[in-house]
Amino acid sequence: MKLLPLLEHTVKGKVWDCRMCGQCVLHSTAMTCPMTCPKTLRNGPCGGVREDGHCEVKPEMECIWTKAERRRHNPANPNSWEEEFAHLRPPVDNQLRGTASWTNLFTGRDRQTPVGWAGGTIADSVNPEPALGEVDDITTLDAGFHVRNPLIIVESDTAGATQ
Amino acid sequence: MSRLRELVESRERYIVTAEFPSIDGGGLEAVQAKLEPMLPFVDAINATDNPAAHAHAPNVSIAIALKSLGAEPIMQVVCRDKNRIAQQADIIGAALFGVENICALTGDDVTAGDEPEARRVFDLDGPQLIKVATGLANGQYVSGRVIKAPPTLFVGAVENPGAPPLDYRVDRAVLKSDAGARFLQLQICYHPDRLESFVAGCVSRGIDKRTALLPTVCLTKTARALTFMNDTVPGIDVPEDTRRRVSSAADASEESYQLTLELSRHALAQPGVAGIHITDFRHDGSLARLVSDLDLRPAESAA
Repeated sequence: MKLLPLLEHTVKGKVWDCRMCGQCVLHSTAMTCPMTCPKTLRNGPCGGVREDGHCEVKPEMECIWTKAERRRHNPANPNSWEEEFAHLRPPVDNQLRGTASWTNLFTGRDRQTPVGWAGGTIADSVNPEPALGEVDDITTLDAGFHVRNPLIIVESDTAGATQ
Repeated sequence: MSRLRELVESRERYIVTAEFPSIDGGGLEAVQAKLEPMLPFVDAINATDNPAAHAHAPNVSIAIALKSLGAEPIMQVVCRDKNRIAQQADIIGAALFGVENICALTGDDVTAGDEPEARRVFDLDGPQLIKVATGLANGQYVSGRVIKAPPTLFVGAVENPGAPPLDYRVDRAVLKSDAGARFLQLQICYHPDRLESFVAGCVSRGIDKRTALLPTVCLTKTARALTFMNDTVPGIDVPEDTRRRVSSAADASEESYQLTLELSRHALAQPGVAGIHITDFRHDGSLARLVSDLDLRPAESAA
């Protein structure tokens, strides 16, 4: 599996300046990588875009969202891409950094979001083990007792802004 | 329920909000001294979060101080300095003291401030933070962990109607409204035509009813202030004509005021605008004068 991230980075790094966030959203951002934004903004431009459409932080660089806005209406794009452009993209999962988004796409891992993001609560999203079920609040467990955050898979269309 | 929420939901009159100056010391007396001249003229006051990437007394403590001094705070939360854990904790913590209004911002970059060496965070972005804050009010952290006694919150955000890509700004306002923003304080805009088409865009997309649009105007005194803003504040363009109008006036201070008054009247005349947000760099009583000249009556209604 170490080979795949390397291969992915070689290809996408050259073409899109890929930063290996491991949860590629290029198709929904008009093939413009939001991780190249100095603020890594995945949901549109910040309020600091310069008059010439360039970046607040790097004046020599065109704002990636100015670029994306220009590309989004390209008739060559599939319709679904344009629709997804307007969706609210979830927060970056920092655990996926450096992993191959191709693998994560295939396994669905890149569409997993924290339970609360989709409006759910931990209590109603998992069936805790009996021992754990007796614990009222996992945060009250003794220090050193680690419970991995349970994750649920969210369909990409419900991850959008339309709730 | 927060006073701001009541006003946003009733729309019985124009809403007036204002930016609270930065505080670096002097105890609560310093907060009170800055609050007194503005309190009678505004409905709610923004407790800023390290504005322009400069460290100051933080959003949480200023919001709590404002609340304890009888004002209605709007606590700004930026994404630049803290990750989602700290941001959620700040909102929950301030809510313990009755701070209900939250304004979610992406925030200026660290390079806009006096500590450009600092690490930038941006774990969440502005629209994501709106959704996360709304989730807290609904009783869950973003992890899904239940909050048994959820905070009462009224969540809003900001948008810049005057910065490129202009077509995208309305989409972004809709995105924020859909994520839960019930008010949008709009960045200072010296291009009335841009504000006009932004607000018209919001109205045509139908978000102005549920999300109060509050354009910002800025009280300045000199042409130098306008030039400074144009040159150093990211996302604010002050046209040369506007700067020349003030610099060539016999009384630059009065001309600056008149400019702000005109921009305010224009903003309030746009169908769909719910009120105004004021940033005061004059501190000479102009805030009271502006509110009176615009025939806004926040103090009387609050009394």
